[in-house]
Amino acid sequence: MKFDKPAETNPIDNEKVVSQPTPRIEGPLKVTGTATYAYEQDKGLKNVAYGYIVGSAIAKGTIENIDISKAQRAPGVLNILTYKTIGSLGKAGRNNAHLLAGPNIEHYHQAMALVVAETFEQARSAANLIHVKYKRSHGQYSLVKNIDSSVRPERITGGPAYTSVGDFDGAFSNADVTLDQTYGTSGHAHAMMEPPASVAIWEDNKLTIYTSHQMINWALKDIATTLNMPIENIRVNSPFIGGGFGGKLFVRADAMFAALAARATKRPVKVTMTRPFMFNNMPHRAATIQRVRIGTDKAGKITAIGHENWSGDINAKKSEAGVRPTRMLYAGANRMTEARIANLNLAEANAMRAPGEAPGSMVLEVAMDEMAETLGMDPIDFRILNDTQVVGENPDKPFSQRRLKECLQRGAREFGWRDRPKTPGETREGDWLIGMGVAAAFRNAPVQNSAARVKLTRGGAVIVETDMTDIGTGSYTIIGQTAAEMLGVPLSQVTVRLGDSDSPVSAGSGGQWGAASSTSGVYAACLKLREKIAEVAGLDPKTADFVDASISDASNSYPLRDIAKEHGELTAEDTVEFGDLQKQFQVSSFGSHFIEVGVHVVTGEVRLRRMLAVAEAGRILNPTSARNQMIGAMTMGAGAALMEDLVVDEKVGFFVNHDLAGYEVPVHADIPQQQVIFLEDEDPKSSPVKAKGVGELGICGVGAAIANAVYNATGVRVRQYPITLDKLIHQLPDVV
Amino acid sequence: MRPFNYHRASSVKDALAIAGAKSNVKFIAGGTNLLDLMKLEIETPMHLVDIADTDLDEITTTSAGGLRIGALVSNTDLAANKTIRQHYQVLSRALLAGASGQLRNKATTGGNLLQRTRCPYFYDTNQACNKRVPGSGCSALEGFNRNHAILGTSDRCIATHPSDMAVAMRVLDAQVEVKAANGDTRMIAMENFHTLPGDTPHIENTLKAGEMITAVALPPPIDGVHVYQKIRDRASYAFALVSVAAIIPKSGTAQFAFGGLAHKPWRDKTAEKELLKGSKAFTDALLKTASTTEHNKFKVTLVERTVAAILAQAEEAKA
Repeated sequence: MKFDKPAETNPIDNEKVVSQPTPRIEGPLKVTGTATYAYEQDKGLKNVAYGYIVGSAIAKGTIENIDISKAQRAPGVLNILTYKTIGSLGKAGRNNAHLLAGPNIEHYHQAMALVVAETFEQARSAANLIHVKYKRSHGQYSLVKNIDSSVRPERITGGPAYTSVGDFDGAFSNADVTLDQTYGTSGHAHAMMEPPASVAIWEDNKLTIYTSHQMINWALKDIATTLNMPIENIRVNSPFIGGGFGGKLFVRADAMFAALAARATKRPVKVTMTRPFMFNNMPHRAATIQRVRIGTDKAGKITAIGHENWSGDINAKKSEAGVRPTRMLYAGANRMTEARIANLNLAEANAMRAPGEAPGSMVLEVAMDEMAETLGMDPIDFRILNDTQVVGENPDKPFSQRRLKECLQRGAREFGWRDRPKTPGETREGDWLIGMGVAAAFRNAPVQNSAARVKLTRGGAVIVETDMTDIGTGSYTIIGQTAAEMLGVPLSQVTVRLGDSDSPVSAGSGGQWGAASSTSGVYAACLKLREKIAEVAGLDPKTADFVDASISDASNSYPLRDIAKEHGELTAEDTVEFGDLQKQFQVSSFGSHFIEVGVHVVTGEVRLRRMLAVAEAGRILNPTSARNQMIGAMTMGAGAALMEDLVVDEKVGFFVNHDLAGYEVPVHADIPQQQVIFLEDEDPKSSPVKAKGVGELGICGVGAAIANAVYNATGVRVRQYPITLDKLIHQLPDVV
Repeated sequence: MRPFNYHRASSVKDALAIAGAKSNVKFIAGGTNLLDLMKLEIETPMHLVDIADTDLDEITTTSAGGLRIGALVSNTDLAANKTIRQHYQVLSRALLAGASGQLRNKATTGGNLLQRTRCPYFYDTNQACNKRVPGSGCSALEGFNRNHAILGTSDRCIATHPSDMAVAMRVLDAQVEVKAANGDTRMIAMENFHTLPGDTPHIENTLKAGEMITAVALPPPIDGVHVYQKIRDRASYAFALVSVAAIIPKSGTAQFAFGGLAHKPWRDKTAEKELLKGSKAFTDALLKTASTTEHNKFKVTLVERTVAAILAQAEEAKA
């Protein structure tokens, strides 16, 4: 079906199953350890061999010699793959650095060899016997030192690298009140719970690969490109995924090596990555330097707003485009944004949860707070004064729906914003300085075409098949709910099969488009199945109702089970194809974050006390899993604000804190209380199911709200994330 | 991980006999650090002697009025022990500030003393590290050293000892009970148990080859306010940036030991004499020899402020 005009009333509006708080339908499998994740997909396989990846010990240079002779003789070793034995590989466009090093080394821990052995332990042990002689060359590892050599890329995610409206320079220099500040955000690791893992099986010329991947169809294409083989000969299966956050959007060395090793050894091969290897081998969210300039009139109306962003990537490819929120979020006649990128020889930079918008809002929303203070305005009033129903830099384009003001006001009421400390640094409880902060949450809600196949089986059960993935987000459940709603059956009667490339191609999980897009695909397929069922039942599909597991009209009612029994299995398949509604309307989700922190007056330790988010994201398909997405994103944003930092050793050229002891992410004790409120909402211009993305909204703005709360608590404005105690301690009140 | 021989000792005597007969031996108890290091081939023992079946898991009173804590007593059990909670609060608090619940269930008293540094360059075998490969250099000196030592450092190593428990034991002046293969037992004061890096950062304690920690002896309880304050970037499950163990008596001089500052739990009894003149005199003396980097100089301020606050609060409590 084509979706090119706003959705009208449709069966989803009944909300008998959809929008009801629903536990995950695959939950029992997960809590009993019976959900098979990629590395466990060897059940029933015989002769499975294990691969262990060897990564480069240097950041840049060439391999002069790679001596595998000792490793080859080690117990259990079956094969050792290197660039010398593998031959030429293709390179998928979605990969920046090559998956396989040799002889050139592009970054630290770039995969260089795979040892295949009878056991994992034997492979790991033999890997340490490989001796490599390198020729090091000089690399660039510091963003700060490479600002001057940075370039403006042709494009960044979602638009050009440079935009300009009106006369920014003129308006800024003539503004009554101005702000010009520079901020820094740190590099972040996805640090998902399940490391990348793959099991590959070759039979004749066919490759089956069980892997952990967010986008099955991308994986299929990119494996085909990498291995120079026809796509028809590959099957990718990824039914359960232990988190991705963007780190599993692209094929990695585990999949490549598993496939190559399985072909070479004629045995199924399992490959995973160790945790310390992931940080420098996999993509990461690039660190940024961002400059924001805001000019207003005396009343606080923005007359000029500018945002520049610098980040680095290998081959100066992927910009962490922090300017994105500034292009749209607030009104203002004169504006400019620019993203520039430096060429750094670190592991590749790429998408991580709300790319651009997350680090961009960490900065823009602090700048807004600083500006409000300079103006002597409440930061909520300042945002509302500059609220807009049209895109900031394109007033001809209205938002499909935007209830930011309501999110801010509702949050303020619920949180007790009125009682916040008016003067920074003055509220104290024992050893703790207390402060509150607010920020707007804003994330675009793109959609992608998505297909599904729906079956009514002979036994009257419903089966949904699509290559959509569930990366811990709750896709299984909302897809099941959609089919149950559309066909009028209980959720327990629906089986959902995900992640298999033999199924119709879905939107996949990324860019917070998964939920709205994939359920719309299921909706489309269900509409077709309804027609088929009506046809065999002899009813008019336009007027027939699907309730109580029956199809009925005013005079007849037939249980679906009876129809299936009589007419055999019925199958329908369809794709939702999104037209240009997103060109006419800017579809985005909105929210507000409210934070209360305590800052230890002696040590400067920052501890969260309360977190509240109010979100507007269209129809909430499953309040349980949507809340789960929000609080997870808020937690991740708290990590970015307070502790997460991929530290670059500029001498060696690598992320030095490359394990979970060195790269700290929030633990339970860091997140004491989280509340999420969803506005009752439908956005008919977004998708047939009237839902918008919510999975990335929650990380946008939360970091800034924390920074603003720290300022409110201490009177110290930290402009370099993460806000660790060493950045506060010298400005805290004297002890005693 | 290199292949190794596994021996399960039935008694302390048995463990010492096995260890005495082999070379390149490690005792293993909880294994919470050793196994990680073996996987990375930072530790490559040929023989592991598992002491889980020995009788070292008891806490008993000593004739001196203190406690003898068996080397196998888990961090969880020790922290929960009633006498420890009532009379050695600083130790209980330090233990509970360390690691996570799961780790504390496995980690033992003896093993905790022997855990190795968390310097990231020590853990990455591609990097130069004098502690891991003597003479290879120290990547941390000019690298990322935010959480490295500022006291007792050398130009070979600026790593810290990561334990919380050991800091409390240092402030208590505990003694480490050690048994040799010939059955001889000796007591090593905590002060002398861990060593400074000097020219030999790969040597971290004064245990001799084949010796085994059998217990830690605590002196009789020390009256006063017991404090263990651990300062860290996140609220739990993180190594200390700085930790402070303090016992502040009603009258007389307070005792302080510090974690996160040095290659060993740090206590400076000479500096403690300055406490009579106040907090600043003490921390000035304590930090007189501090050698800091751009990344870790904040630790000086952190120590000064934390000590001042602890003393001020103790004064308030007295008043």
